[in-house]
Amino acid sequence: MTLDLNARIPSGSLAEKWDKHRFEMKLVNPANKRKYTVIVVGSGLAGGAAAATLSELGYNVRCYCYQDSPRRAQSIAAQGGINAAKNYQNDGDSIQRLFYDTIKGGDFRAREANVYRLAQISLNIIDQCVAQGVPFAREYGGLLANRSFGGAQVSRTFYARGQTGQQLLLGAYQALEKEIAKGGVKMFPRSEMLDLIVVNGRARGIVVRDELTGKIEPHLADAVVLATGGYGNVFYLSTNAKGCNATAIWRAHKRGAAFANPCYTQIHPTCIPVAGEHQSKLTLMSESLRNDGRVWVPKRKEDTAKPPGAIPEADRDYYLERKYPSFGNLSPRDIASRAAKEVCDEGRGVGPGGRGVYLDFADAIKRLGEDRIRERYGNLFEMYERITAENPYKVPMRIYPAVHYTMGGLWVDYNLMSTIPGLHVAGEANFSDHGANRLGASALMQGLADGYFVLPNTIGDYLASNKLEPVAANAPEVLGAVSDVEKRTSRLLGVKGKRTVASFHRELGKVMWEYCGMARDAAGLTKALEIIPQLREEFWRDVTVPGEGADLNQTLEHAGRVADFMELGELMCRDALHREESCGGHFRTEHQTPDGEALRHDETFAYVAAWEWAGEGRPQILNKEPLVYENIKLSQRSYK
Amino acid sequence: MNLTLRVWRQSGPGSDGGLQEYEATDISPDMSFLEMLDVVNERLTEQGQLPIAFDHDCREGICGSCGMMINGIAHGPSRATATCQLHMRSFKDGDTIVIEPWRARAFPVIKDLVVNRGALDRIIAAGGYISAPTGSAQDANAIPVPKQDADSAMDAAACIACGACVAACPNGSASLFTGAKISHLGLLPQGQPERYRRALNMVAQMDLESFGGCTLYGECQEACPKEISIDVISRMNLDFLRAAVTAPEEGRGGGGDG
Repeated sequence: MTLDLNARIPSGSLAEKWDKHRFEMKLVNPANKRKYTVIVVGSGLAGGAAAATLSELGYNVRCYCYQDSPRRAQSIAAQGGINAAKNYQNDGDSIQRLFYDTIKGGDFRAREANVYRLAQISLNIIDQCVAQGVPFAREYGGLLANRSFGGAQVSRTFYARGQTGQQLLLGAYQALEKEIAKGGVKMFPRSEMLDLIVVNGRARGIVVRDELTGKIEPHLADAVVLATGGYGNVFYLSTNAKGCNATAIWRAHKRGAAFANPCYTQIHPTCIPVAGEHQSKLTLMSESLRNDGRVWVPKRKEDTAKPPGAIPEADRDYYLERKYPSFGNLSPRDIASRAAKEVCDEGRGVGPGGRGVYLDFADAIKRLGEDRIRERYGNLFEMYERITAENPYKVPMRIYPAVHYTMGGLWVDYNLMSTIPGLHVAGEANFSDHGANRLGASALMQGLADGYFVLPNTIGDYLASNKLEPVAANAPEVLGAVSDVEKRTSRLLGVKGKRTVASFHRELGKVMWEYCGMARDAAGLTKALEIIPQLREEFWRDVTVPGEGADLNQTLEHAGRVADFMELGELMCRDALHREESCGGHFRTEHQTPDGEALRHDETFAYVAAWEWAGEGRPQILNKEPLVYENIKLSQRSYK
Repeated sequence: MNLTLRVWRQSGPGSDGGLQEYEATDISPDMSFLEMLDVVNERLTEQGQLPIAFDHDCREGICGSCGMMINGIAHGPSRATATCQLHMRSFKDGDTIVIEPWRARAFPVIKDLVVNRGALDRIIAAGGYISAPTGSAQDANAIPVPKQDADSAMDAAACIACGACVAACPNGSASLFTGAKISHLGLLPQGQPERYRRALNMVAQMDLESFGGCTLYGECQEACPKEISIDVISRMNLDFLRAAVTAPEEGRGGGGDG
């Protein structure tokens, strides 16, 4: 081990840590704040909230996004809601309960202190968002409404129809625009970070390519925040937006930031299945549908081609109800996903390619009537019909699991600082709060907690505690990073091979899904570790990137991202191979209980795997941060 | 299915553009419109030609990145549908489809089907927010909001800033967009203190950005993928008028120094 993985968790009881830490942290004098420049990469919930808040405090902020407007970040697509331990329903919720549910949901692979702080801050987030004008759902009395979500027995999820992410993001975006107008934030849309500038061991800036002019320039600062989201697109097909990528965190990793738990991936059980080779992304169908829908496949392979109506009740296998009689169709995400894969692997899947299972509302419609079902799920049924041209009131939906979220990310300490001093990481881009599995409605909570409430405090402490000498624009580290990006860009344009970028991305995605997807084993992962380097070699030999570097070139942008996915994918497989246990979203078929549940090995694997870059062509070095549980007793998750 | 595409190609902001014809063969009716363009682009790339540039991201109708004129209609023939949600089964084998960028003075073309919609961000920056610095909020349930108001605010807040309303408007007006934000915030108690100042400043910015005026054609609400009603424009006009009559001089057009 060569890295300093001290999480810098404050002493004291869980409930006091954050308060105590805020008191002990150093402050920057209000008049001095404007002398500090902070770069924020990404404008989603974490980045947008951080940029706006840092500017409100008086810092000089520069914010970057690859989209044409900061309002388009992928946080916008989140549907379900945001958790907070408000206990407005008086149903027994508390900070302690949200903390425990999150740790347990994460299969005991997250840090206690971080998660407790998240649960504490959840209260402030809802207050903040309401004050900004987020139109949350309300009851007739005018007070806020709540609904239940997976992995919890209380109603603590706040929502704005099926567009909670959009409304929360617009709140942060509007605060950001307010600060842009004031001059506190300079916004750089259509700008992609392609490298990190590290001077004297500290993050001091980034190299940015202007997507419209192709200009590659250094941007310097006193601290850098990466809030660039997750890396689910390494699988090509996922519920992420097309532009979501790992380039910012991967470039930072190659400059020295440890990458933690890369193999922890969340596969969401209810998505619309792949329709054909042309499929470009996958669309989520809210988990709430499983309240009334029954999941089944034909008992016999021979029946899979028949229309569902022609298969009599006796020939159907309601496999979730059969295997999990108490939870049935509402079994947890990872279990439902793996069960669907299993029946499809047996050749009993339905629809194109045999990769789908039925989600059938016939019984619910018979019991409640079509109107009640329309009232509950009308918009989802409509969305389904728009995509598939099938009417789910008449024929069962077809669904299949899809990649949805990545719990892994850059390693950060309690202050959200990576192993490179001055480089902070927020939201899905870091690894910190969800352990091996994220609970529904917790991603929005974490992004906003990091952006509004954690970073604005901890960055001040970093700036006040360190003497930061100015960096010259022509310092060798700056020129070196710019030149590296220029060389790489010319190299991508210069291959002039025969295969398209998209074809490489699809092929990588298939390998990742096959061997590092819902269920993994040593043989498959070993095979993937042979295939991926070959594919990467072929990419750099045969990819074709038309056009030039000096104007808008979307293929060039995509090519750079795929090149990084080719390296990250390999690390994910290596991490999955080394973790000889099953936990949360990481299911190793060799490690399961007799009835097929995830089997953890706490005595050997209760640690964060933080991978350290070892140079081109060399495998990353494993560093371990032990997970110490002082307040919670580790147990086998049981949802039976 | 086999289609003929006539696509606007323009190499850069200053250059001349024109329609170019492409054969889109062997297209599955299950493809989305953007997936059809992906297929065409991949073939163009393999033939050594430049792919068609277009903005897109979430591909589920919520980010607002995509948008093009399809046979002269913003976002194409389906109602309440963003381009990414439009599927090829809405077309017939043998159809010719004309694809152009948004056409509006305030949205200059960057390349092919990509336009600059920065003006919409600047309208928000002029006042499309509630000033609530982080940490200053009271308890979320301290101010009850009638459900009906919250619902109407949400209807207006559903805007995705795709720009279809501007592209569909014969005047190139951004009134639906601006009215939607003024309505969203003005309907909530939290939005009252800045309500009139907001209307003045946002409308002033809209005028500065060379959008046209609204003469109530109503094309915007037909094109809107989120079905935002032109009622929001009446609300904007009402707030603007009231503000123009009653607001003190220094409140106008200043751009929010807080």
